[in-house]
Amino acid sequence: MSEKKPAVWLRLYSLLVYGFIYAPIIILVIFSFNTQKLNVRWEGFTLHWYSELFTDRQIFVATKNTLIIAIISTLVATVIGTLAALAMHRYRFPMYNASETLMYVPIVIPEVVMGISLLVFFALINFSLGITTIIFSHIAFNIPFVTLVVRARLHGYDKAIDEAAMDLGANEFTTFRRVTLPTIMPGVLSGAMLALTLSLDDYVITFFTAGPGSTTLPLRVYSMARFMVTPEINALSTVWVLFIFILLAVGQFAQRRRI
Amino acid sequence: MITEQIGERPKLKFSFTRLLRENFKAQGIFLITPANLYLFIFIVIPLIIVVVLSFLSRGSYGGIEFRFNLTNYTRLFDPLYGKVMIFSLGVGFGTTVICLLTGYPLAYFLAHAPIKQRSLLLFLILLPFWTNFIIRIYAWKMVLRSGGLLDVALQWLHITQEPLNLLYSPTAVMIGMVYEFLPFMILPLYTSLEKIENSLLEAAADLGAPPWKAFLRVTLPLSFPGMIAGTILTVIPAMGMFVVPDLLGGAKTILIGNVIKNQFLTARDWPFGAAASMLLMLITMVLTLYYTRKAGFGEELLV
Repeated sequence: MSEKKPAVWLRLYSLLVYGFIYAPIIILVIFSFNTQKLNVRWEGFTLHWYSELFTDRQIFVATKNTLIIAIISTLVATVIGTLAALAMHRYRFPMYNASETLMYVPIVIPEVVMGISLLVFFALINFSLGITTIIFSHIAFNIPFVTLVVRARLHGYDKAIDEAAMDLGANEFTTFRRVTLPTIMPGVLSGAMLALTLSLDDYVITFFTAGPGSTTLPLRVYSMARFMVTPEINALSTVWVLFIFILLAVGQFAQRRRI
Repeated sequence: MITEQIGERPKLKFSFTRLLRENFKAQGIFLITPANLYLFIFIVIPLIIVVVLSFLSRGSYGGIEFRFNLTNYTRLFDPLYGKVMIFSLGVGFGTTVICLLTGYPLAYFLAHAPIKQRSLLLFLILLPFWTNFIIRIYAWKMVLRSGGLLDVALQWLHITQEPLNLLYSPTAVMIGMVYEFLPFMILPLYTSLEKIENSLLEAAADLGAPPWKAFLRVTLPLSFPGMIAGTILTVIPAMGMFVVPDLLGGAKTILIGNVIKNQFLTARDWPFGAAASMLLMLITMVLTLYYTRKAGFGEELLV
């Protein structure tokens, strides 16, 4: 496209959109340091809400649950999703198209429908709701996203290097471990990153598959935010935002180094 | 040497590893099976159960009665729920149209920004959306509530005198929805706008077309796939959304997503909730098929 700079009005407009996107988050962060409990007007600077946050037992449990769910579901979904991506990239097998369609189902159906269908499913097989059911559900919506990302990475994959490895006497497993996997690793990692953030972010499906004692951070923030506005939610949000940004930065850094 | 080794290997009657090593098809099946099995158990079976459930009826004690009937579906066309459906469609399409109108110029700006800055500018659009969804909506609650930051800002600028009372209104829901879905519109639009060759616009100019005409006749039609992809990515989640109406709309703004949620959690009429879910699925499927037929399932959807 042209190297000519966009028109002035377009640049001003874009600045406005960026403002619209960032303003609420910046305000959220600033008001986490507010002394006023109602949090309407700025009164003064305090770290009180942060100390409140770090001693909040429920927040601690919710954080622990969220991390357990995100890590386990990411690991499982990454393995299953990567295998599926390899299968779809290199092989033709019976029901290929059906498998591909199956991959799109969780992406295309509305989240609320997926949530209630899992709720009904677990109720029917008498599986009591809790962390386990949330993990099962998160794996289900994460697999297609991992596959999608890894397949995109495999798109330019040169099969000749696999064949070379096998010509040199490596069996399929060694070839996979020593040649294929290292090559597609950046794709696998970004798939895992996507799965991790989707899992950390999920509210709707977790909401329907959670039971007593398995509250996650998004569920906790929701129940707090529904009825009140207190700087403690702002403090929690700020820590959360910071955590995600660090995670993203680390992910970016790791990928840069590998390429 | 290698061939010799293989030749010497004793022939086994049946070996799973040998099957995998030698049969190409078996390798593919071996790799795809975990995903297929998992998605079949946790996606397909639950959906089939919901389909069946939608034809049953609610028992006297909140349980489920196994009697096939269509009352759940006919109930959906009650004026009460009909209104909710129309309202949901309105909010879904309203959100999409606003996202399209506000997102298009930005996507155009991104596609025309200097290449060096482009990925940074794009990253800045996406960055806030990696933070938690509930947190973003909560932030809007702070901004929009009566006497909240928007009111304070507008009164300070002497634009308004009275609080706007925006929170718990359909307007608040729309603002939250547009905020939430804007990047889903911008990204595919950007992908398709970026692909347009500059030579096409130069050719249009050479043939005497003023820039606005070149835009209308060249750029706009060529960005159509991006518009379609953005619309699908926006309208589907917007229609089933219940979190934004819950947090920003109060009790006054009820969408089909809220109806489904309430039937499963508070009203405990699962068969009716299942029927409402089926209707939502049907609407999204029809929309997806209609749009993808029109523009083809482009890679814009997969960014």
